[in-house]
This record gives sequence, C-alpha cells and structure tokens, in this order.
Amino acid sequence: MSAFATKRRLARVFDSDLWWSFTRSPTVVLSAFVALAMIGAAALAPWVAPHNPFDLATLNLLDAFTPPVWLEGGDARFLLGTDDQGRDVLSTILFGARISLFVGFCSVLFAMTLGVTIGLVAGYAGGAADAVLMRIADIKLTFPAILIALLVDGLVRAVLPRELHDRISLWVLIFAIGISNWVPFARTVRGCTMVEKNKEYVMAARVIGLSSARIMWAHVLPNVMGPVLVIATLQLGFAILAEATLSFLGVGVPPTQPSLGTLIRIGNDFLFSGEWWITVFPGAALAIMVLSVNLLGDWLRDALNPKLR
Amino acid sequence: MLAFIVSRLLQAIPVMLTVSLISFAMFAYVGDPVTIMLGQDYTEAQREALVRELGLDQPFFVQFVEFLENVLSGNLGLSYRLGRPVADLILERLPATLELSFAAAFLALLVGVPLGVYTGLYREAWISRVFLALSLIGVSLPTFLIGILLILVFAVVLGWLPSFGRGETVAIGWWTTGLFSWSGLKALILPAVTLGVYQMTLIMRLVRSEMLEVLRTDYIKFARARGLPDRIVHFGHALKNTLVPVITITGLQLGAIIAFAIVTETVFQWPGMGLLFIQAVANADIPIMAAYLMLVAALFVVINLIVDLLYYAVDPRLRSGLAAASGR
Repeated sequence: MSAFATKRRLARVFDSDLWWSFTRSPTVVLSAFVALAMIGAAALAPWVAPHNPFDLATLNLLDAFTPPVWLEGGDARFLLGTDDQGRDVLSTILFGARISLFVGFCSVLFAMTLGVTIGLVAGYAGGAADAVLMRIADIKLTFPAILIALLVDGLVRAVLPRELHDRISLWVLIFAIGISNWVPFARTVRGCTMVEKNKEYVMAARVIGLSSARIMWAHVLPNVMGPVLVIATLQLGFAILAEATLSFLGVGVPPTQPSLGTLIRIGNDFLFSGEWWITVFPGAALAIMVLSVNLLGDWLRDALNPKLR
Repeated sequence: MLAFIVSRLLQAIPVMLTVSLISFAMFAYVGDPVTIMLGQDYTEAQREALVRELGLDQPFFVQFVEFLENVLSGNLGLSYRLGRPVADLILERLPATLELSFAAAFLALLVGVPLGVYTGLYREAWISRVFLALSLIGVSLPTFLIGILLILVFAVVLGWLPSFGRGETVAIGWWTTGLFSWSGLKALILPAVTLGVYQMTLIMRLVRSEMLEVLRTDYIKFARARGLPDRIVHFGHALKNTLVPVITITGLQLGAIIAFAIVTETVFQWPGMGLLFIQAVANADIPIMAAYLMLVAALFVVINLIVDLLYYAVDPRLRSGLAAASGR
C-alpha cells in the first residue's frame, strides 16, 4: 500500500461517524485510554514491573505484609505494599493482569471462531443443520456460562494426568471459558446470515458458481462482522470476569502463574487480620479493567446501532 | 394450556436424560473414591470389597442404568467423603440456597424495575446518569469481589453485620429457615446483596432500554394524545409492554443466580448447595456432584416452564397464537 493510500485511509477513519461519536464522549475516550494503558502495562509487565514476583532470589520474607507506601510502616520500594511472601503487590498485579488478559483474549477468540462458524453454517444451510445447531445453543443457553466453565474445567482435570494438566491448565481454562460463551456469536451471525443470503450479491456469487464455503467465508462473513466485533468487546469483559471467578474458586490457573482472581483469593485470607491491600488492589485493577472494556463495548454497540442515533 | 405444559415437560425428558448421562459420565472417572474412603492403611482385600460394595467394578452403562433407577426412587447414593446419603445432605442444604437465591432475585426486581423505569422516563436527568454509571460498575464488578468489599466494610471495619454463616435458624419440618430470627436476617443481608447486585443492574438496564423503545411507539403517542394521565401511560401501557423480555431475562437469570450462589456461598461460607458442590469438586465426591447437576437442571426446566407460562399471562397475543397452534 502506498503512503498516499494509507493517508487516505486514515483520513477516512478520522472523518467517520464512529470517530466523531468517539471523540464526543469523554468517558469513552478515558476508558479507551485506561484500557490501552492497562493492556500495555500488562503486556510489558516483565519490563515495567518494579520487581519480578516470581524470582525467588529477590524475595525477602522480612518484607512480608508491608502496607502501602502512604501508610505507617510503608516502604518506598513497595508502592502498594507486599503480600504474605514479601512480593510487591503492584508487580504481582501487573503480572496477574497479563495472565487475566491473555486468557480473556484467547477465550473470546476461541468462542468467536466457534460461534461464527456455527452461526454461518446454521444461517446459510438452514433446515436440519440449523434446527440441530440452534437446539444445542438453546440447551447451552439454559445453563449459566460459569457453571459450564466449571464443569468443563473439572472434566478435563479428571481426564488428564495431574502433571500434564498443570502444564496446560491455562489452555484448559481458555477452552472452558470459550466453550461456555459461543452462543451469542452463533445467534447473531445466524440472524444476520439469514438476511444476507437472500441479497443479490449472494445470488450473483452463486450464479457464477462459487462454492457455499467460499460464499460464506469471503462474501457473507465480512458483512456480518460488525455485530460480531461488538459482541466480542462485550464478551471480553465477561471472559475476564469468568477467569477471575474460576481462579477465585481455586479451579482456574495454577498458583505458579497467579492471575488477578488468584491474587484476590490469596489476599482474601488476610482480610480479617487487617492486611486489606493484598486483596483490594488486585480487585480494583480487575474492576477498572473490566469496567473500561465494558464502557468501550457499550459505546461501540450504541454507536453502530442506527436506531439510537 | 394443559397440552402445552405436557409437551414442554416431554421436551424436558431428553434434556434431563442427557444431563444425567453427562453428569454421571463426567464424574465416573474423577479421582479414586476408594482410596479416599479407605484412608491411609488398607489391605488389597478391603479395597476389593469396597469396590464391589460401591458397584465400581460394573461396566459403565450398567452403572448408569443403576444410577438412573436409584435417582428415580429418590436414592442418590452415599457421599464418598461424608459417608451420608446425598439426598439428606442436599435436603439439608437446599433451604439455605433457595432462601438466598430468592432473596437476591426479589431484591434485584424490587430495586431494578423502578430504577429502570425512572432512568427510561427521565433519560437526561443527572440522577439517571448516576444510576447508569453505577449500574455499569455493578456489571463490571465480579460477584466475589463485591462480597469481599462488603465484608471489608460492613463486617471488618464497621462490625455491623456477620461475615459468614446463616445465623440462628428455625426448623419447620425439614426446612430450616433463617427468616424468622434477627441474626438469621442480619446474616442474609450481605450475601443477598452480593448475589443480587449483578441481576439488579441487568434488570435496570434492560427495563430502561425497553422503556426507551416502547416510549417511541405510536400507541404511546396516541395514548398521550387521548389525554391519559402520565401514570397510566407509563405503567399501564409502557411498562407492561416491556415485561416480556424482563420476565425472560429474570427467569434465565434465576438460573444464573443459583449458579453464582456457588461463588457467594464460598465467600460467605453460607451452608448451601453451592458450598457443598465446591467441596465435592475438591474431593472428587461423585454422588454429590452428579446429584447437584441434575437438581440444577431440574430447577432450570421448572423455571423455564414458569417463564413460558408467565408469557401467556402478560402477552394476550400469544394466547390466541397458542389456541390457533393447538387447533382450538
């Protein structure tokens, strides 16, 4: 692509309705900024975190339970205090957010791939395939996602030997959360596909003899991607929360790779002895992360919905 | 109407069968209950005797059919961990979970619907914006975090409310209730709020967006043009037409409430089924897990049926459709 074309594309972005509605709402700009900052800080955790909480050599048990720096007994080295093992809370949050976001993104990607494929096939093929797939979706929808994730996780845990499970538990978790969240994608894509497949361009593609698979992927899919991206943004918040909940219940990521949920669970044990910062700061980080993602998703949904203009 | 209920119940049978097959199959391979029950020291003969006694040497489908027969006769087996009948354990725990869940759902509706109506009617008012912002925070906070924060504020710092357990309970037959004692009610507040906040925000946002859609329609304009008072337009016409999606979501969310009760019960050490389930997962206690799953599936089937019936109560259009469909 030439520089000129790039420039023109950028100009088109800044000229669009979406960009206009983005800049008009300070809340949305702020949440986009917060979300990007947190994703950036989490992704770069090994380089930006003040300490490496997993490097046992740098830990000192004498530093354990140091309160945040502005309280009495605080230590300038540990901005948000330390936990029971003397780990810097700020650093564990950065590393934990990295795991949480990774699981969140991957499971949404997985749910999206699965849901979009099922929705396309059900909507395009219709008939028996549609009926069967949508009944499965109905049954799936009856059960809360968190329960399904809990069960899938338990099932895999049972089938795999313990040592192997510990090694791949992150992927198990992604699978469990992804499989519990594909229905919204499938339903939306199915609905849109049923509308799109009667349009002239699909008929034209059929007339020139393209295969159904090619029509679905290359022609219908791009036209149903808008709502899919909105759902993906909204689902990202859910996925991060689901991961945190499972980890809080102790069935999520292994303790060697603590996510934000794990950190909150560990900190919860010290709530009554007054060391509130071990649990409150990871909790705040989780809440702010999910809140900013949800705000972005809400805005995207409203901005792309012509009815609400 | 009766035909409709019967057909829905018939549809539920394959679902229940699938769930029971899954629940049994899933947990048929978990852990080794025999070693758990025997403890540290045992002889090979003792082990074999126990395996035979528990029927674990039988083929999978024989075990499954036996399991179904037992379930239908109300025998859910013995807990591997506690050595007591699962049916008894569940009956003991059921009241706690149901009381918590219904208290949460009630709270969610009681606060959520009026707030949704208000924010829908007065869209631009600053107080609506505040509620909307708060609701987004409510959706973004995970259940367990809300619980922890409430414990921190009301139990640790202020010391007003208990942070765990059910308080004093009164037994009415086999049903133990915490609703008739002061300490029981106090113990219910924090868990019910924790469990209800998410549903409350969801209901509020749903009612609001439905109100916005409905208020735009012609019949509302017409009702206003006829000079009907606001109260009748808002509640008689507008709110009533938002109720179908609200009922659906509330019904579906009741299932979510029971599932999320696992989390809330863990945070508050509330002695309900969720806590029983999580402890069972941790100990590979197959009978309890299988029973819990089937009970939850049965609850969902019943809830969905009630939701479907409520549609007909709320939306007269569906009634005539039903009559036509069943050939009456």
